[in-house]
Amino acid sequence: MASLMVKARQLVHEYIRRDEEGNPVATQTALDHVDIDIRPGSFVAILGHNGSGKSTLAKHLNVLLAPTEGTLWVDGKDTSDPDNLWDIRQSAGMVFQNPDNQIIGSIVEEDVGFGPENLGVPTDEIWQRVEDSLRSVGMLKFRSASPNKLSGGQKQRVAIAGVMAMQPACIVLDEPTAMLDPNGRKEVLRAVHELNRIKGVTIILITHYMEEVTDADYVYVMDSGSVVMQGTPREIFSRVESLQAHRMDVPQITLLAHELKKSGLDLPDGILTREELVAALERLREG
Amino acid sequence: MAIILDKVNCVYEQGTPREMYALKDINLKIGDGQFIGVIGHTGSGKSTLIQHMNGLLRATSGSIYYNGEDIYAEDYSMRSLRSKVGLVFQYPEHQLFETTILADVCFGPMNQGLDKNEAELRAFEALHSVGIPEGLFDQSPFDLSGGQKRRVAIAGVLAMRPEVLILDEPTAGLDPKGRDEILDQIAKLHAENHITVILVSHSMEDVAKYVERIIVMNQGSVMFDGAPKEVFRHYKELEQVGLAAPQVTYLMHELQEKGFPVSRDATTVAEAKTEILRAFGRSGE
Amino acid sequence: MVRDITIGQYYPTGSVIHRMDPRVKLFGTLVFLISVFAYKGIVGLAVVTVFLAMMIKVSGVPFKYMVKGLRAIIILMLITAAFNLFLTPGEAVVQVWKITLTKEGITAAVRMMIRLTYLVLGTSLMTLTTTPNQLTDGLERALRPLKYLHIPVHEIAMMMSIALRFIPILVEETDKIMKAQMARGANFEEGNVIQRAKAMIPLLVPLFVSAFRRANDLALAMEARCYRGGEGRTKMKPLCYQNIDRIAYLVLILYLALLIALRILL
Repeated sequence: MASLMVKARQLVHEYIRRDEEGNPVATQTALDHVDIDIRPGSFVAILGHNGSGKSTLAKHLNVLLAPTEGTLWVDGKDTSDPDNLWDIRQSAGMVFQNPDNQIIGSIVEEDVGFGPENLGVPTDEIWQRVEDSLRSVGMLKFRSASPNKLSGGQKQRVAIAGVMAMQPACIVLDEPTAMLDPNGRKEVLRAVHELNRIKGVTIILITHYMEEVTDADYVYVMDSGSVVMQGTPREIFSRVESLQAHRMDVPQITLLAHELKKSGLDLPDGILTREELVAALERLREG
Repeated sequence: MAIILDKVNCVYEQGTPREMYALKDINLKIGDGQFIGVIGHTGSGKSTLIQHMNGLLRATSGSIYYNGEDIYAEDYSMRSLRSKVGLVFQYPEHQLFETTILADVCFGPMNQGLDKNEAELRAFEALHSVGIPEGLFDQSPFDLSGGQKRRVAIAGVLAMRPEVLILDEPTAGLDPKGRDEILDQIAKLHAENHITVILVSHSMEDVAKYVERIIVMNQGSVMFDGAPKEVFRHYKELEQVGLAAPQVTYLMHELQEKGFPVSRDATTVAEAKTEILRAFGRSGE
Repeated sequence: MVRDITIGQYYPTGSVIHRMDPRVKLFGTLVFLISVFAYKGIVGLAVVTVFLAMMIKVSGVPFKYMVKGLRAIIILMLITAAFNLFLTPGEAVVQVWKITLTKEGITAAVRMMIRLTYLVLGTSLMTLTTTPNQLTDGLERALRPLKYLHIPVHEIAMMMSIALRFIPILVEETDKIMKAQMARGANFEEGNVIQRAKAMIPLLVPLFVSAFRRANDLALAMEARCYRGGEGRTKMKPLCYQNIDRIAYLVLILYLALLIALRILL
């Protein structure tokens, strides 16, 4: 495995809008000289509002799009080289936003087997992988169910299992929780954190919900096609005004801590959880 | 009194072993001009409830009154009910179909029997109130961004000038700024037009910031019905049914338990800030 | 709550028939359909009935469940029966105004109703004991030789199984769109043919747009999972004949032979 799971250097993507004859009419720069480093085994979040470029970046990671300029290496392979296409797609699995529109099988286990079938994996091994994957996301007992009977969170877990069955080095999740209710969101996040922790799969979570990012190893914040902030969650969360300027919604606890600090209370920066805030307020009370 | 539900039940496959109560003994009074939030997990009956309010679904038993009239009476026109009780479904942009935005927003008024000119006037008004610039009126609705499409769809219902506006998860799938924009717009509509607004959501924090009354649905029944502060006092019970109070509410409870002289009733960041600063002997700002 | 409609509704019971190769079941359904039209006389009918009854019994699917499929064609049956009853020439039994009810009409109507019922039951049996994917796999294997005629068998099979998977979803979506437009005052129930046709536009346009969007998303998802056509693909549930399949083929051939024999002899 390469020393970096994902390496982007000055990555540019331009969408060219053409008129009816195919002549370029306007260009829109969706990615503007982006540099990103993602280490194997890490849990990285890419935050940004709709239109920030994060979805375009996601599509580059599994070569659904190719760079206009700059280079992107996924698992050591250059995405602009057409020979690498299918290898990269096997190394970097992708889970999409709409739970229904990525499930192909009429039965859960058959859908999870779809990826291995495409890879030419022998039948016995397919079954082994399907069982292992379903077990790793906690959906083994639904193996014979129809996807139509599952909740949104369950469907997304099946999609994740479908990707895991291809034994990828990393999984890219493009706003996997945007269409789910709070319970579904929790289910999906728990599943990917476990996969990251137990199986060591690199996770790249693309989202606009800041609450999902508190347990990440590293965070990139995007706006207008560029990386505008990067750091650990704690570093990012302490820059509340900057986040708000980039159209991100800071979780209530962090916002409150920030406001209290602005009003003169001596609180540390980057408070992420309720427990931390309570502890900090208690310390203030004593001291 | 705008809407009254009296002992409303909605049962599927009644009498069979697969009998399922989507709504169980619902008794609600919705007054004019209220701003209400309906909360519940998936399957709690909240979507079923609102579809009863505009007659799209029919109750198995019980009565529903709109402005004093029984909507299940022989001669009552459901279509006229739907003119007065506007319902915006989840992901409303999926209902757009016309060739131009203006034409699509005219659909509702024209179904109400208005002629083309009046319909267009209404459409102009409605699109204006959701912040869509006039320059876009001739464009295809499919050329817009997601957030814009949604606003056009909402305008489509507003153009019917409903007295009650029900919105099912209007912020679903939007990013944080998009969410704030839509909710601010809805709050503005409520304040300016004095219509009754019912917001269905599972985001407690969104709802707490805007509404004056919360109805909590659980397994087809009304679990709590009251002002946000009252409802969030029951945060432990809410948690048991898979719902959560706003983050700050939990914080205030914990602080109070640890001996801080704060009120537990803060549901927004601003309220929490005032309370905590007070506890430390300081005023706000 | 998405309703799974009875087309392709799989009812698992683990019976012998469920475990059979789908190609056998496809062949069997074909044989059965032929037999429903080819039987002769009461004896022939008895043989067909006994065969069907045995198959239903062996499958383990409750009869009540099988009968559900019949509800869908009740109207068709009544129309066909009416046509047969009143338009068949022959020995008059009853005359009402200008319409004559004949003895031949009655027998023709009864025969047609039996045929339709058996047709539905026979095909239901197929879809109740075979998952949609098994069906399309079976078709794909059975029609594989057509590949040499440059017919894209694999692609067609893939299209069919995806279509089957999305039917319930599109049904639910149609319902949602209908309700959303009704909330805007649309009327799908009243009006003459032209009005009703026009009323369908606000239903069909969004549905098509949605279907295209889903197709696009699905294509990206399939590519992301390394789908590149049928070449080099292995199967999770490969089709492989077992003894029960060979016995089944034998039974089917004997059944057909018996019916043909009866036709010739009687």
